[in-house]
Amino acid sequence: MSPRRPLLSLTGVSKRYATGTLALEGIDLTIMPGDFIALLGPSGCGKSTLLRLIAGLTSPSAGTMEWPMAMHDAAGEVERDIGFVFQEPTLMPWANVIRNVALPLELAGMKRREAEERAAEWIARVDLKGFEKAYPRALSGGMRMRVSIARALVTRPRILLMDEPFAALDEITRFRLNNDLVQLWAQERFTVIFVTHSVFESVYLAERIVVMAPRPGRIAEEVAITAPAERGEEFRTSPEYAAQCRTVSLALSSAMGGAHE
Amino acid sequence: MSENAETTPAAGSFLEGTWLRILAPTLLALLFLGGWEMMVRVREIPPYILPGPIAIWKTLLRDWGSLSVSLLITLKITFMALSVAAILGLVLAILFAQSRIIELSLFPFAVILQVTPIVAIAPLIIIWVDDIAISLLICAWIVAFFPILSNTTVGLNSADHNLKDLFKLYRASRWQVLTRLLLPSALPYFLAGLRISGGLALIGAIVAEFVAGTGGSASGLAYRILEAGYQLQIPRMFAALVLVSTTGIAIFLALSLLTHLLLRHWHESAMGRGDRR
Repeated sequence: MSPRRPLLSLTGVSKRYATGTLALEGIDLTIMPGDFIALLGPSGCGKSTLLRLIAGLTSPSAGTMEWPMAMHDAAGEVERDIGFVFQEPTLMPWANVIRNVALPLELAGMKRREAEERAAEWIARVDLKGFEKAYPRALSGGMRMRVSIARALVTRPRILLMDEPFAALDEITRFRLNNDLVQLWAQERFTVIFVTHSVFESVYLAERIVVMAPRPGRIAEEVAITAPAERGEEFRTSPEYAAQCRTVSLALSSAMGGAHE
Repeated sequence: MSENAETTPAAGSFLEGTWLRILAPTLLALLFLGGWEMMVRVREIPPYILPGPIAIWKTLLRDWGSLSVSLLITLKITFMALSVAAILGLVLAILFAQSRIIELSLFPFAVILQVTPIVAIAPLIIIWVDDIAISLLICAWIVAFFPILSNTTVGLNSADHNLKDLFKLYRASRWQVLTRLLLPSALPYFLAGLRISGGLALIGAIVAEFVAGTGGSASGLAYRILEAGYQLQIPRMFAALVLVSTTGIAIFLALSLLTHLLLRHWHESAMGRGDRR
C-alpha cells in the first residue's frame, strides 16, 4: 500500500469575520483517516470556527484546505462526507425520532422506506430501540443527544464533527455517552474531530489533542495520547490517565500565557 | 434502557383544569343572564328599550327561518375571505422568505392595507366593485389578511439556525429547506395568525355589510341588525347580534381545535399545562 494520504490538510488557514475579528490565524493541521482529534481550548479560541470551516459552513479568509481523497461534485465542490453534532441536539421538534434520524438520507434523495429502515438500525445502535415514534420533547437531554449522534452517523460519513456535544449534559450522562462514542469509533473507525473545553474529556476520548490559544485563535501545541485499545472506566481511573491530564493541563495553561481565566 | 423518558403527566390535574375552564365562565354567564332577566322584569323595561334574554331567545326561535339564511350568507363571506387570506398570506410570506427584495418592496403596502380603517375604504370598494358579495368579500379579506402574512413571515424567519446549518451541510435544495424546515417552523405562527384572522374576517364581513346596507333576501346578519333597528324590533336585533357573537366564538374554537390537533405532539403552545416540561 502507498503511504497513507491525509484526509484533510489545512495550511496557513485564517478566518477574519466581517466585523474585523480575527477568529483564526495561521492554522496548519493534517488530519489522517481514522484519527480521533480533540480541539481543546478556552472559549474564544476559534475551535468552533475551525469546525465550521472543516464542515464547509464558512470559508477561510486565507490559506488552503486540501481534501486529497475526496470526490468533487458537478459544481467542482468538495464532497465532504461529514456528520455534524451540534452543542444542542438540534432536532426537528415536529418530527419523531425516526423521521429526525432519516432526514440526511431523505435529503440525499433516498426513498422514505429505505431511509427509515437504515435510521432504525442506527437508533438501535445508540440504544434508543423502542423510541422510534417518540417526539424529541418527550426525551431526556442525553437521549436527544443520542438521536443527534444517530442522525450524524446514519449516512456513514467519513468524518464526524462534534461541537462540544456533551457540554450541557450532567456528568453521569456525559461519561456514558463518552464510552458509547469511543465504542462506536472503535467499531466504525470514522474520523472524529471533537471540540471541547474539558481536559478530562479530551484525554479520555482522543488520540491527538490539539491545544488552541485565544485572540487570535491559533494552535499552541499538539499532544499525542497513549491509551489502551479499550478505553473504559479502568482507563479513567488509571495513573496514566491522570498523568496525561496533567500534561495537557500544563499545555493548556501555557497556551493561555499562564493567564487565569 | 439508559436514560428514562419523562413519565406522562397526571391526568387528574388536566381534567380539573378543563372543568374549571368550562364551569367558571358558564356560571358567570348564567348569573349575568339571570340578573339581566330579573332587572328587565322588576323594573318593567319595555322590550323596545332592552329585551330580556328569554324574549331574545324566543325571537331567535321564531325568526330562525330568515335569520338562518342571513347567517349562512355571513358565514360564506367570512370563510371565503378567511380562506383567501390564508392562502394569499401564506404564499406571499413564502415569497418574502425567498427574496429579500420582494419582501422590502411589498411589505409596506401590506402595512398600508392593514392600517387603513376598513370603514373608510369600504364605501369605495362597494362603489368600484359591481357585485356586492365580492365587495364584501374584499373588505373582509383586507382585514383578515395582514395577521396571517405578518405572523407567517415571522415564523418562516424563526427557523433554528443550527438546523439551517444542518440542511446546508447535507446540501438540501431550496425546496427541501422550505418544505422540511421553514414551513414546519412557521406552522405555529401561521395558526396563531389564522386564529386572529378568523375573528377579523367575521368583523370585516359585518362592517362592510353595515356600510353597504343592501337589503333583499340575500343579505347577511349585519343587514338584519340594521333592519331590525330601523323597525324598532329590538329583540330581533339582539337575536341577530347573538348569532354574530356565537359565530365568532365558534370560529375561534374551531381554529383552536385545529391548532391543538396539529401541534399537540411538539409545540409548547398546544400542550396542556400538565405535560409541559
